[in-house]
Amino acid sequence: MIKKTFNRMYDTDIGYSFFNSKIAIISSTVFFIIFLCSFFAGLVAPYNPFDPASVSLMDAFTPPIWSDGGSSSFFLGTDQQGRDMFSTMIYGSRISLIVGFASIIFAMLLGVFLGVTAGYIGGRYEIIVMRITDVQLTIPTILMALLVDGIARAVISRSMHDEMAIYVLIFAIGISEWPQFARVTRASTLVEKNKEYVSASRIIGLSNVLIMFKHILPNILRPILVIATIGLALAIITESTLSFLGVGVPPTTPSLGTLIRFGNNFLFSGEWWITFFPAIFLVILALSINLLGDWMRDALNPKLKKR
Amino acid sequence: MFVVAFVSFSLFNFVGDPVNSMTGEDASDERRAEVREVLGLNDPVYVQFSRFIGNIVQGNFGISYQLKREVSDLIGERLPATLELVFVSAMLAIIIGTILGVYTGIHRDSFLSNVILVISLAGVSLPTFIIGILLIYLFSVILGILPSFGRGEVTDLGFWTTGFLTTSGLKALILPSITLSLFQMTYVIRLVRAEMMEILQTDYIKFARARGIKNNTINYKHALKNGLIPVITITGINIGTLIAFSIITETVFQWPGMGSLFINAVYFVDIPIMSAYMIMVAFIFVMINFIVDITYYFIDPRIRLKEESS
Amino acid sequence: MSLLEIKDLNISYQTRKETIVASRDVNFVLERGEILGIVGESGSGKSTIANAIINLIDPPGEITSGLIKIDGNELQNKEEIIQKIRGKKIGFVFQDPQTSLNPLFKIKDQLIETIKTHLNLSYEDALKKSINLLKEVGIDNAEKRIEDYPHQFSGGMRQRVVIALAISCEPDLIIADEPTTALDVSIQFQILELLKELTKKRNLGVIIITHDMGVIAETTNKVIVMRHGLIVEQGNTKDLLTNPKSTEARSLVISVPPTNKKIDRFKLISPEGKEITSSSANLTKNIIKTWGIRENSNQKLLKVSKITKIFDDSSLSSSKKINDEIAVKAVNDVSFELFEGETLGLVGESGSGKSTIAKIITGLVRPTVGEIEYNNLSLYDKRKKYQIHKSRGQIQMIFQDPYSSLNPRFKVKDIIAEPIKFFQKNISKQDLNQNIFDLIDIVGMTRQSLDRYPHEFSGGQRQRISIARALATRPRLLVCDEPTSALDVSIQAQILNLLKDIQDELHLTMLFISHDLPVIRQMCNRIVVLKNGLVCETNDTEKLFNEPTHSYTKELIRLMPKIESLV
Repeated sequence: MIKKTFNRMYDTDIGYSFFNSKIAIISSTVFFIIFLCSFFAGLVAPYNPFDPASVSLMDAFTPPIWSDGGSSSFFLGTDQQGRDMFSTMIYGSRISLIVGFASIIFAMLLGVFLGVTAGYIGGRYEIIVMRITDVQLTIPTILMALLVDGIARAVISRSMHDEMAIYVLIFAIGISEWPQFARVTRASTLVEKNKEYVSASRIIGLSNVLIMFKHILPNILRPILVIATIGLALAIITESTLSFLGVGVPPTTPSLGTLIRFGNNFLFSGEWWITFFPAIFLVILALSINLLGDWMRDALNPKLKKR
Repeated sequence: MFVVAFVSFSLFNFVGDPVNSMTGEDASDERRAEVREVLGLNDPVYVQFSRFIGNIVQGNFGISYQLKREVSDLIGERLPATLELVFVSAMLAIIIGTILGVYTGIHRDSFLSNVILVISLAGVSLPTFIIGILLIYLFSVILGILPSFGRGEVTDLGFWTTGFLTTSGLKALILPSITLSLFQMTYVIRLVRAEMMEILQTDYIKFARARGIKNNTINYKHALKNGLIPVITITGINIGTLIAFSIITETVFQWPGMGSLFINAVYFVDIPIMSAYMIMVAFIFVMINFIVDITYYFIDPRIRLKEESS
Repeated sequence: MSLLEIKDLNISYQTRKETIVASRDVNFVLERGEILGIVGESGSGKSTIANAIINLIDPPGEITSGLIKIDGNELQNKEEIIQKIRGKKIGFVFQDPQTSLNPLFKIKDQLIETIKTHLNLSYEDALKKSINLLKEVGIDNAEKRIEDYPHQFSGGMRQRVVIALAISCEPDLIIADEPTTALDVSIQFQILELLKELTKKRNLGVIIITHDMGVIAETTNKVIVMRHGLIVEQGNTKDLLTNPKSTEARSLVISVPPTNKKIDRFKLISPEGKEITSSSANLTKNIIKTWGIRENSNQKLLKVSKITKIFDDSSLSSSKKINDEIAVKAVNDVSFELFEGETLGLVGESGSGKSTIAKIITGLVRPTVGEIEYNNLSLYDKRKKYQIHKSRGQIQMIFQDPYSSLNPRFKVKDIIAEPIKFFQKNISKQDLNQNIFDLIDIVGMTRQSLDRYPHEFSGGQRQRISIARALATRPRLLVCDEPTSALDVSIQAQILNLLKDIQDELHLTMLFISHDLPVIRQMCNRIVVLKNGLVCETNDTEKLFNEPTHSYTKELIRLMPKIESLV
């Protein structure tokens, strides 16, 4: 049974391309390991870094296990508060992934909806939507996110802010990434709209909503998927960048970016591991997603098919 | 541009209470009323807005809540630092990015291309601040050959301070500009490569080959000219992105530019600086887009002739 | 010594699942002054051979064995040597002139570059030669036009520029891969005349690759018929066309719609080589039972009155602008009527507005002015909004491109079921299935195909599915927009027969749109000839072909390639 499903997957062009691309296999494996670890953080991590009982300042600045002064209980060492680096990273990556996924889903829903409707309905509506998209595309993600965050800080009182921070962050990153989706979706919709099967549906008399979401949408999922994957990596990077700048998630729930920010203060005094490990971890996470997205773009692009 | 001005104006006026920020939460009511009168907050909205626009045109952005200084002075001090950094990075990103992009696009399967591509993917996955931290650790902490913060010695030209004229200024530029350009460079490489590959598949390239035109001529004349068109577009977007990412680089390297000013403003909800920064950036974007459109006009005959005929 | 000699040429494409042989033991020779036609259906490997001669086969294809000799010298498989032959010895003309020229370089630069690559000329001499070349291929005002960019030329003119480039270095051999497929009949005629003239004047050898037997009949001396990479027959054009021996050649020749007479049904050749007259429709009486019996009333079913369409949104706002001369009218004051049971043909070249009319009738495009009545009910209301409920799905359409007319994400079953369910919301599952079975039977497909996706079918099969979908709403009027122009000629014959069968049995009315005069002649009772959005002439088919009155109609009929021209 499993073998049969596997064979069928292998038989499709995409399946074949996947199983013959070392990069695709390795990167997806790495990504899923990280994903599962952070999902089951409570089981995987040896300590709960947010439980004050398990943290002792006595253990602070313990270097990794292979250095002088390393301790076997903390194999990647501890940070300035004596928290186990490995556990903090796992919990941190959970925050990073939650923010990344949530914001990209938010961006995708908004962008795809506006893109499909703009492409299909056309007219003045399309012009307005695309003008907004163009304007926003010229504003770089990070700047947009910073602005949204800045406005949110001004609107929401400081005490509320820490609680709301993660939602503000998701909104800020999502709102800065939707134009990518809208643009790609609209372009694909325009191509599909002129195909004759859409005309056939219109002649039958199907409603526009049905044509847009039942007929056109399934045919344009591929480019959306590619954008979503690459966007996920970008969202995670943006999140960590904002956190690094100190305007992301509050220090009470540190993400990878927050950890790097803290660690950066100790770089010159020789405690390199506090910033180094989260940084490497973040890069591996982003790289695996990017490699996956890159492979996907090539595999799903009929023009570049090498056979 | 107008929209941005309006947004910053509303930000200025309706978001948070500037009186609170200026006077502190526990100021007396008389003091508040006085401040309101001075700031002109009792006038109708449209009067306030036109005054706001008028001030901007004169280069008057108001007074920073936090630093209690003229925002225009603050920006004037810091603008040269950011622009120099962005300029050097943009040059690096576009020139090196285009060269590598063209190379990898033409020699699709060569070993060097694959190496470049893997590095470029790593570059996309490396957040700017991590690149900065790694470079600092390597060149400043371990090797100790390059400065890790600041601009070094700068020469004051009156209206402009430049780091180009002193060795320490140039040295200080190296790490930040590499940090800033790397992410964009990888982006340029991938875009140019994709474009070149697409062009090399077209019929007119095949027809050129069928006419016996030499491969080098096809690659570096026929394909390259078509492939460079998107580079113009990216250059525009690129500079915008670089300005945004300079915020991060400036924070990592404690570079005294506009970005670090802005990030502090966000942190302390210093609205005059935020809105001034937004307007400055929007202005630069509009200028860049204008230049990009003009360049297009000169490079692509299809656009040029369409305009002439209509 | 022959100009070109090909011996035992084998070419194959290695894919993951199989090795596709694009050319198997191909042998032929070409002399100077000869025009050789290579003809075959899609996938027969005719283009592959052309590309092989100049060693430009797309990977993963490769020549596995065989010899290619030019003037007795074997062509080496080396890029540097071949580069000197491409352009210099062999000129190449591609199908689509729109994409063959680099858009960013002037015509001048592209010509001079080619000339200077192969001939030892100074810039001035090369420029002079380029101007002469443009004159030779019939471009007026060559001194001035040479400074233009490709997009400033029309399609036909661009193909002339491409030919000028191909002959710029005095090659001995010209290979033209479907050189006129993208062009209109009148321009096709001019380009073919130009090629013939050049062949005579310069004593060239020419290979023309085409799927059009009319082009073969009118231009070539020798012809090769290919199928699945094999040469199935070759010989003198006249002999082969009048007396084809192989099954494939007979099938090709017999399926071509005759231009000089009307036949009831196309003859088809079965794989065993036997002639079959009636073919596809194996009509179950079920469908007539569910539809109810229809009689041809010969009454007016559709009335198109004075429709005009301007594709310029800005001018839509002010209705005054309609009379403006500058506005391009895709359809200009067109009126015609359609009576129940008849087939009306709309014929014209590209830009004649024939497809736009089809779209206006089916509600895909709004007319700028004018009215359309179906069954005496107006299809557009005062605000030019399409009133789809007035026709209740009785107007259906068959499209040109079988590859885009079916939703690739839907199974065939769902494609056919959707319109049925849309019009009969409470239909029981059993009735629905029975309905689908009936429809798939009618169009001559197996019931197993219902569980498959469109990409598993060939173009002809997809067109059958398309017809089944159109029939699912129980239409009375079928609009066919170039339904066979993307199909091979033998498949075209099958589909046209099917359409005729369905029309007879189900008493359908048809509006048949095509640029192909022979096809129109076989399908239609009456014909409307269109040019640049205007009606030139409306008449009964036989009258129109035998005694055309309008000068444009006369020209079209004179210029269409006729397979009978040799007989």
